[in-house]
Amino acid sequence: MDSAISETGERLPLADTATDGLKIVIVGGFGVGKTTMVRSVSEIRPLSTEETMTQAGIGVDHTRGVQAKTTTTVAFDFGRISLDEQLILYLFGAPGQERFWFLWDSLFSGTLGAVVLVDARRLAESWYAIDRLEHHGTPFIVARNNFGPPKHSLDDVRAALDLDGEVPLVDCDARDRDSSKQVLISLVDHLYTLSKVREGAS
Amino acid sequence: MTRSALDGEDPDRLYTVTGGRSSADDIDLDLVTLIVRESEPSAGMQSEHVKILGITGKPTSVVELSAELALPVSVTKILLADLLATGKVSARHPSSAQAAGRTSDSEFLKKVLVGLRNL
Repeated sequence: MDSAISETGERLPLADTATDGLKIVIVGGFGVGKTTMVRSVSEIRPLSTEETMTQAGIGVDHTRGVQAKTTTTVAFDFGRISLDEQLILYLFGAPGQERFWFLWDSLFSGTLGAVVLVDARRLAESWYAIDRLEHHGTPFIVARNNFGPPKHSLDDVRAALDLDGEVPLVDCDARDRDSSKQVLISLVDHLYTLSKVREGAS
Repeated sequence: MTRSALDGEDPDRLYTVTGGRSSADDIDLDLVTLIVRESEPSAGMQSEHVKILGITGKPTSVVELSAELALPVSVTKILLADLLATGKVSARHPSSAQAAGRTSDSEFLKKVLVGLRNL
């Protein structure tokens, strides 16, 4: 497969002219292909890191009469695309689980938008992520990752996800660089349309 | 000393690395803020600081530093705050941070589209 990944594990530094980092987040359930998508378009081997947050117990461990503290740790992968000499796009693969959303604002505020990557056999796993993105006001598109020929039409998928008619829904193969690139273009096209509407209204 | 299974766990190490500070909330650094070295390491500097200065000869994002140091993002931010305060590094803040909470403007998005199409 054709890709721009450095498999050696050596660091590929940015140009001195790099000034502006951007974020796009790929959200999805376990095994849906988030890391595969990051890997297929990233100019670096995907890296992974984690964030921890200690909070006065939310929901759990109140049984001992002490103010319980819970530490939430979430791990995430990321890759990078140098768009031009100044703009550097970072792609984050984020798990869709509940605890992750505690950290959404501290990690992903200011994100351009999100791609919800779905597996048509497990659509229910993405309901929560879609709900959360709507709640946070993060613009997003939905991409169906096909490991084989799709069994359902995109209209069926849209209906099953109860997706708003204005949210783009596209097919992709996350293993394929061009296909993943098209997904990102679809997202930014959508963001562009939204910005035009907003600018027209103001 | 016998080492228990828990010795592999990190809280003490993280406590030591940050000098006991635990909050990165008020540090104005984004995951994608680019960090650039402004001066060479000096004698007696903490090893994590030396490591950061070793990497940031070229612009490096906060999240990449976190991955390279194998430290959580918040701990990395605390370490960077020290270096920023003493002028050892500088930060290039993302333009999107100023636009938080609303969609970016169309001229900016056009540049992103051109970049993606040229990949």
